[in-house]
Amino acid sequence: MRARVATTVGSAAATVSRLAGKGDGSVIGGIIGLRLAPDLLSLLAAGRQVVLVTGTNGKTTTTKLITAALAPLGGEIASNIYGANMEAGLTSALSRAPDARVAVLETDEKYIPAMIKATQPKVVVLLNLSRDQMDRAAEIWLLARRWREAIGNAPGCRVVANADDPLVAWAASSAQQVTWVAAGQRWREDSWCCPHCGAHLQRNGDDWSCKECGHRRPPVSWILDGDEVIDPTGRPTRLDLALPGRANRSNAVIALAVAEAFGVHISQALGELRKVTSVAGRYTQVQRRGCDIRLLLAKNPAGWLEALDVMAPAPTPILLSVNAQGPDGKDTSWLWDVDFRRLRGRHVLVGGERKLDLAVRLEADEVAFKLVNNIDEAVDAALTVARNLEVLANYTAFQQYRVALGRVQ
Amino acid sequence: MNPNRSLRLVWVYPDLLSTYGDRGNALVLERRAKLRGIPAEIIEVNSDEPVPRDGDIYLMGGGEDLPQTLATKRLMADGGLHAAAQNGAVVFAVCAGYQMLGTEFGGADDMPVQGLGLLDMRSGRGEKRAVGEIVADVDPALNVGQLTGFENHQGVTRLGPHARPLARATLGTGNGDGTEGAYAGRVLGTYLHGPALVRNPNLADLLLHWATGPLPPMSPQSEELVNRLRQERLAAVTPSS
Repeated sequence: MRARVATTVGSAAATVSRLAGKGDGSVIGGIIGLRLAPDLLSLLAAGRQVVLVTGTNGKTTTTKLITAALAPLGGEIASNIYGANMEAGLTSALSRAPDARVAVLETDEKYIPAMIKATQPKVVVLLNLSRDQMDRAAEIWLLARRWREAIGNAPGCRVVANADDPLVAWAASSAQQVTWVAAGQRWREDSWCCPHCGAHLQRNGDDWSCKECGHRRPPVSWILDGDEVIDPTGRPTRLDLALPGRANRSNAVIALAVAEAFGVHISQALGELRKVTSVAGRYTQVQRRGCDIRLLLAKNPAGWLEALDVMAPAPTPILLSVNAQGPDGKDTSWLWDVDFRRLRGRHVLVGGERKLDLAVRLEADEVAFKLVNNIDEAVDAALTVARNLEVLANYTAFQQYRVALGRVQ
Repeated sequence: MNPNRSLRLVWVYPDLLSTYGDRGNALVLERRAKLRGIPAEIIEVNSDEPVPRDGDIYLMGGGEDLPQTLATKRLMADGGLHAAAQNGAVVFAVCAGYQMLGTEFGGADDMPVQGLGLLDMRSGRGEKRAVGEIVADVDPALNVGQLTGFENHQGVTRLGPHARPLARATLGTGNGDGTEGAYAGRVLGTYLHGPALVRNPNLADLLLHWATGPLPPMSPQSEELVNRLRQERLAAVTPSS
């Protein structure tokens, strides 16, 4: 009863928030509900099969892919698809779907220990760990240690983890049941050293090991191999996703491994994954004055590295845009961890509230660019050389463009 | 610096000491040297490799507690950085790297760890984390002007008589007693984290000057964007007069 009253009041607030244009309404309902019943999340999670998805990058997309992959189970699936990934967002997602037996919940990296306790998940997904918004995020070795402790104290849950990320593998190795996935690791700047003892890791392709303490890459059951997934029987299948890029192929293989834990076979799950074309506005194609615009969101160096990999080739112009509001992290230092040299010779436009930080960064990498003040100036500049434009922006810069282009999904 | 070879910028232990944009310092020094016709190269030395003794400028970045302690132990055992500093090489360190330069710093759980002893100072852990923009007036003797940057640390540093404060903080925390950073001879450290030299070209030029002697001027065009960035950042945090 307490849960019902709290969720009713909360959902009214969410509707008001949406009507007022303040947001997607995915947080305010949860905040009010939790005021009325602090254990609301536990109450709402009880009796459901919960999947928690965390990592520095790919949480929102992987959550959507897992939700898609579990569609063959039938019935409603609760999920926080708009990326509201702290306690209020999880609470709100569950309260909106009271009849869903299954919940797939993106969870902020820092909140995983508390959310494991509150939701008693069936599966915890650990994607990757890398430097991210250092002014508000925890240091990642510390984060890995907290994950490790939380997972060690949750014997009932299965962990699906990326074996190619040494920090993730160390955190996950405290679990009693792990599905190891060779999901790849493009960004390695945060894992040159052994998370267990600190020695410099030996790395050979995707394999890694520590010669000091013996910590090493665990044997894997799912493998991302180029454009193919190799399932636990050793059979390769082409992924053929609609979503672009290596990072999304990696997320898809993780989703297939989670589906397996629910008894959904790869042959059923993969068909559902291929139908996913955009995730909360990401990867969306939209037209503006005859210019085809594709929106990509990335928030940190690892994300920018992966996003630069999927950019359409020259002569397609590229708009890079950076803000430094609270959700972005107020510190733009991370731009110096991104290697922009591959953009030399490309038609590059630079926007966002911190465009000068980005401009100085590009100058150091000898990449020519033009400063623009908004999406229309970018479109004008793009149309002088092409009919399309690739946009890569960090969080609030992305949301600003998304609003300017009509809240595209 | 040896005039017959390029300026050697040695980035010490990027595998342990590189948390957030630390590469920027090497890139800025390289760029500002090359724009003046001084050939320069960046040498990255991982923690399982010996630190070369013939570098011109040694750079140390930030790191979490455990990597900071490990890096210190390995640098002590290796001896290369000490040998280079004794021979007059320039050392520039930020954040965790800065703390390591002292005689002592707070490691995991704030247990004191013996530092490299290249600067007469000790660091420990403060009450609360200092996160945000920092502005500081550099010691007039160095002719650098105002520093602008970002700090993100929980350290408190006290200087001994053989080190001088690099600057006096007008915004932010720095060492915790109103001063910011420290230097002695050609060893210099700061709590400005990550790419501290990006917004402070005069500080970058001071290090280059120490390593190579008087510097020819750069074209105003090549300084335009960085000066705009500096003004924008200083204006954003300074109350309008």
